[in-house]
Amino acid sequence: MPNNTVGYVHSIETFGALDGPGIRYILFLQGCPLKCLYCHNPDALETNSGTIKSVDEVLNDVVRYKSFLSGGGITLSGGEPLLQSDFCEELIDKAHVLGFHVAIDTSGGMPLSVCKNVIEKADLLLLDIKAIDAELCRKISGQDNSNALKILNLREQLKKPVWIRHVVVPGLTLDKNHLTALADYLMPFKCVERIDLLPFHKLGEYKWENMKRKYELWDTPTPTNEEMKEAIKIFLDRRLPAN
Amino acid sequence: MEFNSGSWNNQIDVRDFISRNYTPYDGDESFLSEPTGRTLALWDEVRDYMDKERDRGGVYDIDTHTISTITSHNPGYIDKDIEQIVGLQTDEPLKRAIMPFGGIRMVHTSLDAYGRERDENVENVFKYRKTHNDGVFDAYTPEMRKARKSHIITGLPDAYGRGRVIGDYRRVALYGVDYLIDLKVDAKNNYKFEVLDGNEIRILEELAEQIRALKELKEMAASYGCDIGHPAADTKEAVQWLYFGYLAAVKEQNGAAMSLGRTSTFLDIYAERDLAEGRFTEAQIQEIVDHFIMKLRMVRFLRTPAYDELFSGDPTWVTECIGGISTDGRHMVTKMSYRYLHTLNNLGSAPEPNLTVLWSPRLPEAFKKYCTKTSIKTSSIQYENDELMRQKHGDDYGIACCVSATRIGKQMQFFGARTNLAKALLYAINGGRDEISGEQVAPELLACRGNLLDYDDVVKKFDYVCEWLSQLYINTLNIIHYMHDKYSYEKIQMALHDEDVFRTFACGIAGLSVVVDSLSAIKYAKVKPIRDSRNIVVDFEIDGDYPKFGNNDPRVDEIAVSVVKMFMKKLECHHTYRGSKATLSILTITSNVVYGKNTGSTPDGRKGGEPFAPGANPMHGRDSSGCVASMMSVAKLPYDYSEDGISYTFSIVPDALGRTKDDKAQNLVQLLDSYFTEGGHHINVNVIRKEVLLDAMDHPELYPQLTIRVSGYAVNFVKLSREQQLDVINRTFHTRF
Repeated sequence: MPNNTVGYVHSIETFGALDGPGIRYILFLQGCPLKCLYCHNPDALETNSGTIKSVDEVLNDVVRYKSFLSGGGITLSGGEPLLQSDFCEELIDKAHVLGFHVAIDTSGGMPLSVCKNVIEKADLLLLDIKAIDAELCRKISGQDNSNALKILNLREQLKKPVWIRHVVVPGLTLDKNHLTALADYLMPFKCVERIDLLPFHKLGEYKWENMKRKYELWDTPTPTNEEMKEAIKIFLDRRLPAN
Repeated sequence: MEFNSGSWNNQIDVRDFISRNYTPYDGDESFLSEPTGRTLALWDEVRDYMDKERDRGGVYDIDTHTISTITSHNPGYIDKDIEQIVGLQTDEPLKRAIMPFGGIRMVHTSLDAYGRERDENVENVFKYRKTHNDGVFDAYTPEMRKARKSHIITGLPDAYGRGRVIGDYRRVALYGVDYLIDLKVDAKNNYKFEVLDGNEIRILEELAEQIRALKELKEMAASYGCDIGHPAADTKEAVQWLYFGYLAAVKEQNGAAMSLGRTSTFLDIYAERDLAEGRFTEAQIQEIVDHFIMKLRMVRFLRTPAYDELFSGDPTWVTECIGGISTDGRHMVTKMSYRYLHTLNNLGSAPEPNLTVLWSPRLPEAFKKYCTKTSIKTSSIQYENDELMRQKHGDDYGIACCVSATRIGKQMQFFGARTNLAKALLYAINGGRDEISGEQVAPELLACRGNLLDYDDVVKKFDYVCEWLSQLYINTLNIIHYMHDKYSYEKIQMALHDEDVFRTFACGIAGLSVVVDSLSAIKYAKVKPIRDSRNIVVDFEIDGDYPKFGNNDPRVDEIAVSVVKMFMKKLECHHTYRGSKATLSILTITSNVVYGKNTGSTPDGRKGGEPFAPGANPMHGRDSSGCVASMMSVAKLPYDYSEDGISYTFSIVPDALGRTKDDKAQNLVQLLDSYFTEGGHHINVNVIRKEVLLDAMDHPELYPQLTIRVSGYAVNFVKLSREQQLDVINRTFHTRF
């Protein structure tokens, strides 16, 4: 077991209720290989910055919240946590000794060659599939989805749970054909326990004002409740556990 | 069917009756009934009155001619043909009565504010009779007046009824008034004394007052066609009898807070029997409850605009406790617990009654989830830690006002509002001079010198100021409560108590997180005082960062604990009126806005005039590590040193609580279980979007029932002043997506 690896931490949130089951301690790790148009944490993009914290330091903080986390656990998010796979792996190992459930919240933007152990060890994988169409995926994130799909296959082989997340953006992914293709693709996967369709929101918009890169979705509206219902229906019609 | 008998048959022991007869309910809410046609029609009529009240500037009407007593007014009805529970404070819904015994001045100011004439006959009475307010100001020392004027001691009940006394209204239903009168007559005739002096004479006079009040209660009920001399025979009578008891109290006392107590499980015993014997259906019982709750929503007092600035939204604090665990280990959730909460569905959300769930992780899961679902829907519930309070108060306590546990019928408290600790800290820095007026208010001490504040020096001076302040505060309250007993004794409420009453002396502090963050800034950053031409520090420059209360950071949380302990230890050194036990609350209600307004800039970076955080809350926006960290900080505040309650208000946008409806309810259950396991005492839960509040500010007419929780009670958001609305909106909303 590696010993007290350090990681670059963007921030923590002691009440995460959206990234995995129950109440979760969310560790946002700094740095991401993708450049998503709708990124709502653009301040977490840059690598090798943020606060340096060791695995033990993080866990010493987490245990203080143990009573709150009994039905939940820890979620490693970001940024892209898999960029710091060694850190994540050691954290999962040690968290398991302490009895915590650990979820990884990833866009799957890393090859299995660097992140296989983490993918295997995580109790739950929250996998963000940007788009099922490789071209669209590249347009949104700057990278195709091949790594993400390989990660999904590995979890299927391992029979370990995955929650799929997919951001529904008008003009990009809010499209019947696209959503149908995604739903069809996911149908055979028994490891997919839940599919969260997340409506595009602009709550992170203000963070872009201080960034060098331009935010391209100023004029994109958020999807209506009706549009979200229709999108979800495509999945429910295929007996997929979407919401 | 007879109720199970026990000691309650031979003496007054409502707890024993409950314990032997109640049926814990573990099921879910599926048994509940929709509102009946009559309920909907009646509620429509009430809402019409409330609309008119709003259109008339907040007061529907005032009876200026009649001094309110238990029997002063003819019976009043909303709609006599359909209302199942009867009784109003005056002869018309929402019409306010004058209750001048707390202070005729407050009546004058209120009448002037609402453009109403003073009545000559009423004026004449107070040419010859003093009120509580007159008595207090006759006795106040110059030092007390100065402290009051400079707002270091503030919100004192010296011009109005002190409230916070909870009669055991259940006794009216269980025993009937005749038996209660007999026992009080007995107590008076057999009162044992060696020497008759002030204390003993007062007790004899009070017993006579209590007997008189019980007779008036019976007379008032008779005017509605009810003979409450005998015990209630069924659910409807039990609710009606109990309500008459409460109604008598709100006809007699314009108290700051007029709690109902802990009535639901008691009433459920009647309901279970009636259901079993086919006397009433579930729909009929819910109808009785809905009509009762409607009445509680209509309690009104005549108060001044200045009072509303402090405690806005026209609050009455009809606090009712639901749930909890019995000392024998059974939970005390019954179907009636659900029915009370269900009124929020049947009638829509409302600030009153102030529904308070006595929480324990051991409550049945179905009930916990029903509570959180209702919170998410209505933001109308507060939660308090039954595990903490049961240890001190047993299993038949209620909540006086917002957070103050009180054994029902056995204990009363002397409400003491609060001292402004943030101002006390500024006095420590400024040698006892007020930072706004420049006046020497505290005894002169050496002001802080030099370019930087020194932690040890400030702490020492703060301790000295608190020493002076605690004594002055207690003595001020001694005067107030002496005079209240003398001129405005709560005779019907005390008639519904045992003769031998335990009294607490409920002190309070405001501005805790301001003081704590200030001390932390002085300790961990560099704080430079800025002095004006009077040589008074009016601002501070902070160089560097410092740990802030509300982030579960032990460096600053320890300061918070030590400040609370320090002040409580000082309070308990002083002599308190009538052998009462000094306690402390960390509660501000909405007055955090006004206190802030009257307090200069503080060393934490808060600018002069800006609001404090409410109650024990971290300062707005400084708790940046998520709500769990914020709760952990608050949960560390020691209940043993603030037994009068520690108020925490929590606001979260619905979407941050979870993805699905079920996730949200479950996560909120976990949050409450853990917060209370960690030792938290009280929490207000608001689940609401900021945009809704902003829209309600611009379009109040669209949100007549929009309810939010502030420290210790709930308010109609649209009835808050604009300043208070902004304060609510600027508070930390937990929003992480």
